Amino acid sequence: MAIENLFKDEATEEKGERARMASFIGAMAIADLVKTTLGPKGMDKILQSTGRGQSVTVTNDGATILKSLHIDNPAAKVLVDISKVQDDEVGDGTTSVVVLAGELLREAEKLVNAKIHPMTIIAGYRMASECARNALLEKVIDNKLDAEKFKEDLMNIARTTLSSKILSQDKEHFAKLAVDAVMRLKGSTNLESIQIIKKTGGALTESFLDEGFILDKKIGVGQPKRIENAKILVANTAMDTDKVKIYGARVRVDSMAKVAEIEVAEKEKMREKVQKIIGHGINCFVNRQLIYNFPEELFADAGVLAIEHADFDGIERLGLVTGGEIASTFDNPESVKLGHCKLIEEIMIGEDKLIHFSGVAMGQACTIVLRGASPHMLDEAERSLHDALCVLSQTVNDSRVLYGGGYPEMVMAKAVDELAKKTPGKRSHAIEAFSRALVAIPTTIADNAGLDSAELVAQLRAEHHKEGSNAGIDVLTGSVGDMAKLGISEAFKVKHAVLLSATEAAEMILRVDEIITCAPRRREDRM
Amino acid sequence: MALAFDEYGRPFIILREQDQKTRLRGLDAQKANIAAGKAVARILRTSLGPKGMDKMLQSPDGEVTITNDGATILEQMDVDNQIGKLMVELSRSQDYEIGDGTTGVVVMAGSLLEQAEKLLERGIHPIRIAEGYEVASRIAFEHLEQIANKFEFSAANVEPLIQTCMTTLSSKIVNRCKRSLAEIAVKAVLAVADLERRDVNLDLIKVEGKVGGKLEDTELIYGIIVDKDMSHPQMPKQIVDANIAILTCPFEPPKPKTKHKVDIDTVEKFQTLRQQEQKYFDDMVQKCKDVGATLVICQWGFDDEANHLLMNRDLPAIRWVGGVELELIAIATGGRIVPRFQELTTEKLGKAGLVREKAFGTTKDRMIYIEHCANSRAVTIFIRGGNKMMIEETKRSIHDALCVARNLIRNKSIVYGGGSAEISCSIAVEAAADKYPGVEQYAIRAFADALDAIPMALAENSGLQPIETLSAVKSQQIKENNSYCGIDCNDVGTNDMREQNVFETLIGKQQQILLATQVVKMILKIDDVISPSDY
Repeated sequence: MAIENLFKDEATEEKGERARMASFIGAMAIADLVKTTLGPKGMDKILQSTGRGQSVTVTNDGATILKSLHIDNPAAKVLVDISKVQDDEVGDGTTSVVVLAGELLREAEKLVNAKIHPMTIIAGYRMASECARNALLEKVIDNKLDAEKFKEDLMNIARTTLSSKILSQDKEHFAKLAVDAVMRLKGSTNLESIQIIKKTGGALTESFLDEGFILDKKIGVGQPKRIENAKILVANTAMDTDKVKIYGARVRVDSMAKVAEIEVAEKEKMREKVQKIIGHGINCFVNRQLIYNFPEELFADAGVLAIEHADFDGIERLGLVTGGEIASTFDNPESVKLGHCKLIEEIMIGEDKLIHFSGVAMGQACTIVLRGASPHMLDEAERSLHDALCVLSQTVNDSRVLYGGGYPEMVMAKAVDELAKKTPGKRSHAIEAFSRALVAIPTTIADNAGLDSAELVAQLRAEHHKEGSNAGIDVLTGSVGDMAKLGISEAFKVKHAVLLSATEAAEMILRVDEIITCAPRRREDRM
Repeated sequence: MALAFDEYGRPFIILREQDQKTRLRGLDAQKANIAAGKAVARILRTSLGPKGMDKMLQSPDGEVTITNDGATILEQMDVDNQIGKLMVELSRSQDYEIGDGTTGVVVMAGSLLEQAEKLLERGIHPIRIAEGYEVASRIAFEHLEQIANKFEFSAANVEPLIQTCMTTLSSKIVNRCKRSLAEIAVKAVLAVADLERRDVNLDLIKVEGKVGGKLEDTELIYGIIVDKDMSHPQMPKQIVDANIAILTCPFEPPKPKTKHKVDIDTVEKFQTLRQQEQKYFDDMVQKCKDVGATLVICQWGFDDEANHLLMNRDLPAIRWVGGVELELIAIATGGRIVPRFQELTTEKLGKAGLVREKAFGTTKDRMIYIEHCANSRAVTIFIRGGNKMMIEETKRSIHDALCVARNLIRNKSIVYGGGSAEISCSIAVEAAADKYPGVEQYAIRAFADALDAIPMALAENSGLQPIETLSAVKSQQIKENNSYCGIDCNDVGTNDMREQNVFETLIGKQQQILLATQVVKMILKIDDVISPSDY
């Protein structure tokens, strides 16, 4: 006797082969989707949001593409998730990780069809990934001790990362920008202190790195536009009415005269506050909250430059660069640390006025101003630069570097192949499959560049069987080249993370033999 | 049917709206129930054992969970059938009581139902079957006690504990680094265990996860991690020998509970009120400073002004810390939770050797570590992993391992795993069956057959020939009269579970058998299912 409804209505259950197939197909569809963006000649995608305004994004960044997709297939969600994590953790390689996981599953599907149990495949994949990791570790180059060479490495990495993005035309320029910015951080991975300001107009090459700090704000009316040797007080305080915070307080009066008195008292209070602030001996005051006209006027009278409504990040960065503390009370002027900088002035970029702080005490933070033809262009440029900055800052901490252009994949594939030959049992099929999946990455890079991938990869493989080869795909000339000479490098950390997360995700999906989908929660009809 | 007549011969209705309800009676009802129970068990059957597969569950909101844990699968499965819900409850109670073996118990119940169905077809009354099962479960229970081994461990020798935890972890996705995770779990449990009283308070172990990094980076921290950062970005990121004030009152002027109004009608009042307000903030910070606190942890938020005053006086602070975390911090640092500033005294401060803020990855994620606490009884297991699902699954696996370790501290008896205990029980029950006169004999024998289902599923999941393997192991157990032959799931080459170091806790196994029998008895006793039809 069959039971009819074990689950709630609309809940579905897929079992065994069907479940596996559903997840394979979903995962591979996602991988194929982003596959064409891989490599220096990868193509971009246009994403149109369904929200109001139908805003359009043009991008090449795997994580951004996947983030914006509405996906129903659970296995596909796993891939989206790993790409997101890759983005958070190392910032780059978001496409590679999805493509590799997709390829691993594609190979696994073939093995499953050949009646190999998923658990056996997982065992094989694990061995292979361990072996690939060791192979990578053997090939790393570490130039931490040699500052000159290390900088060269960083430049190479930045160039390689940027070459697959929209910035590839000016990669030299931007690579220098990114490396300079990251070097200023002195080993910290806090990218918050690198501010990116986007201003439409001009050409991409006009983008520049500013040593100081640029705040996208205007200077109050009637206040000095230029201050030398500025003493800055960075504050987070209400400069409007300054409410009484005691609970339940309210003003109740019985005559107009009283109202006027209280108003005067209030003004007096504000004046006092402003006096106290000015009493710090400052000539520049930056507040996170609004500054009303009255205090602004007072500041102008005292010749103090007052900047209102700087957002939270701006305040934090400003505190960081100028070395001042963010103050909210002003009773002890002697204990509040003021920020210093040599020059504050108003500058023009394009049509907009910005405030520029130069000659700051602590050079940790800096600003990159991006110029470009359209907002889409700028957005994409920002994403690309962000990727490069992430990778560089990670590399500063972990200075191990690998050659790029499909070189690491070939190294891993070779080591994994050798392991497969040594391993007895069915697992060796899975190990072989792993190596095939690895080779798929250089193949895709070549395919995307419109090259004869089969020919190139075969050449590459032959090249790698020689001792100490540095061969990789040189997409620009369409041949196999020496990566050391071409200066194509990638961060070890990125490759390592790609390998591990892709294997982990593939393993997770492979282990599933049943998908139970609950009934979707009903939305209230608000029409 | 549901129509009766009163003394005047007028019909009256017992069951309202009879035609709108579907109703199953008698044998049909029992069979339908059994089928439902079996269907649930069938879903879990493939998850059993070290080579068991995972299930992917999509929640109503589209969230994806991938898991191997029986209790979690059933909980999220959105079961509608009443009997299905009973099975869900069954696995949940095993989870609460023991924490491990949640899959096994459902599979066991499923196979008991399957056997019962056959008996029902032969015309044996369900109550007789239930009674037979009861007798058989008692036999199995006692038999388990006989074959159980005591095993010795001490704080110095935790190897046996680790081995047992490894058995639990080997069926999960984390089995890649089961050794290190098992060590972490055992260390965590030992850190909070009261070996004298044989009691472990698992609440003292906090399991925290953060996406990113790899599984190998998972660590045990003798202290507390709080997913917060310092309230002011310029506060020091590291505090050595911190004296911590743990507050549950906000850094704000007091809000009396009674309704009141403060009327401002003169300038003087306005002035005094303002000064009072400033004094409040000043006093609060000064109070903390006076008692010697070097770190303030507060359950509520601070006003901007208070925040700056704290910063100004070199008093780092953490705000918006949750109640549970606050309690843990209080336990770990030996401090007292202070509800009012007036009650703040030096004795009530918690002590920690090191408090530091740590950043992760490229995003602005920061966490605060509170380490080297005065009382090292509270620990945190900090899990890293490739993605969110991995972390959730690891959390569940660690929870299972922690439960196993706790059970072992409570009761040192173990049985051998790999299905060996079930096989051994099956043999014992089978032998005992012959001694019982009456119909129950059949039920007892059926119980023995049902016990075989677990090793059978194990063998099946491991890609072995189930019947062949099981009969081989069974005959070996009888021939050599040992109870530690099981299914060689990992293809090690021996089915001696002592050599493979596969252990399970005795109470876990006993509980499984008892709970499964109880639920099956309950299901068998149902002979009428009335359900309202859909409307």
